[in-house]
Amino acid sequence: MNSVYKGPGFDFSNTNRNAFLETRGLPLPKATSTGTTIVGCLFKDGIVLGADTRATTGPIVADKNCEKIHYIADNIRCCGAGTAADTEFSTALIASNIEMHALSTGRKPKVVTAMTMLKQMLFRNQGQIGAALVLGGVDASGPHLFTIHPHGSTDKLPYVTMGSGSLAAMAVFESSWKPNMSRKEALDLVTAAISAGIFNDLGSGSNVDACVITATHTEMLRNFVKPNERVQKEKSYRFARGTTAWKKEDIRNLIISEVVVPTREGEEMDTS
Amino acid sequence: MPDGSFAHPQQRQFNPYSENGGTILAIAGADFSVIAGDTRQSEGYSIQTRYAPKVFRLTDRAVLAVNGFAADGNVFVKKVKQRLEWYRHAHAKDMPLRAIARMIQTMLYAQRFFPYYVYNILGGIEEDGSGAVYSFDPVGSYEREACRAAGAAQSLVQPFLDNQIYFKNQQSLPGQSRPLHLPLPEVLSIVIDSFTSATERHIEVGDGLEMYVVLAKGRSIQGLESFRGVQELTPNPDGDRVFVIRRELKKD
Repeated sequence: MNSVYKGPGFDFSNTNRNAFLETRGLPLPKATSTGTTIVGCLFKDGIVLGADTRATTGPIVADKNCEKIHYIADNIRCCGAGTAADTEFSTALIASNIEMHALSTGRKPKVVTAMTMLKQMLFRNQGQIGAALVLGGVDASGPHLFTIHPHGSTDKLPYVTMGSGSLAAMAVFESSWKPNMSRKEALDLVTAAISAGIFNDLGSGSNVDACVITATHTEMLRNFVKPNERVQKEKSYRFARGTTAWKKEDIRNLIISEVVVPTREGEEMDTS
Repeated sequence: MPDGSFAHPQQRQFNPYSENGGTILAIAGADFSVIAGDTRQSEGYSIQTRYAPKVFRLTDRAVLAVNGFAADGNVFVKKVKQRLEWYRHAHAKDMPLRAIARMIQTMLYAQRFFPYYVYNILGGIEEDGSGAVYSFDPVGSYEREACRAAGAAQSLVQPFLDNQIYFKNQQSLPGQSRPLHLPLPEVLSIVIDSFTSATERHIEVGDGLEMYVVLAKGRSIQGLESFRGVQELTPNPDGDRVFVIRRELKKD
């Protein structure tokens, strides 16, 4: 770059260099992906969203208990699958813009507004932002549930799934979903759908997060079910003191002795 | 222009191999050997089965663990067992462990240019009564070792074994003993912890654990008796003996 000025948006100045490096056999570092099962489900009084809590880099589990249900507004939440950074940044950006919009209009935000902002942002970036989202919420016009794909296409359905565990979860929805379910029925169904992903899809695992959104109230149920607690280890692996070798020992005295000489005496603090 | 004509050069490819995940590991003791493997078989993000054994008893003193491409692994074990049966019929005795190891090398190298896509670990008791572990690469390079991990979580488990079995990166302390071989209960604990830990951090490891324990002839079952669910596979308690211990692993 010749200019010191950097415009707004993404910085592409390294793309040519990285493409060259890739031809020379240096692949790009792998981004953390939320392999993921995420779902959403319409019921009598609103929306239930669900997510597993595993994040992966290839076959390695990067985070055993991450949060995939992101805040958009008090009455809107968004589940994210795909590249972890992309889902976090795009939901945070839209949450911020929605807040500004709500402040300037003085109205409660609508779900379609968030959906439109997300899809336009994703379409603008031609699928380069790897965010696959399930957006749900309740506004003045009632409950709404959307899926948003990385290229910007959207769907509005009564029950949706996304991520690598989407087929396992959708199998559960297709067998048991029915209209006008109670809150408990819907929450149980979402838990069953996420569990299907956790146990049958290797990209998903650990715990079930859920979120119930109704016209009056939003309840975030973090770690709603924990079916995969680690068992106790057989043995303690504490090392005895002195196990680690060292090359050099240097002990410094960090306590500096100082003498404080008061410059003025007998002057009371002004406490009036 | 896929019009079926030969006007344009065409290329087709068929890949006969796949990778079915899972991990195996073996540790040799002074007069015993432990050979273990998880039982999950997967392809991509799907579980094909939660119980597909990767560890097989060959004789009363030899156990083979096979990991990589499951189809090749199963065929390879089948052929090894067949060769061992022929040996029994010809010589009226079981093939010694070091001979099985050398035979596996030749069988693998015979397929040098269309290899069995598998990593083998052979464990058992040598003719002198010592515990032994032999590890192989897919084309037959092999070595006798005290411990070895292979498969999907090799990069997670082997450093742990180097530290706990070979005491790598641990400075010896005055008055502390450094045994060349660990006792059986210690080894079994390390094996179980290796697999529960690999299950935590590797998506292809889990479902079940099978640990085979081979005891040298005349060795007491000391260290095994306190274990839950030990099953003996050998009919004759006077020779070398093979036991199996099964444990559940997390299924997510």
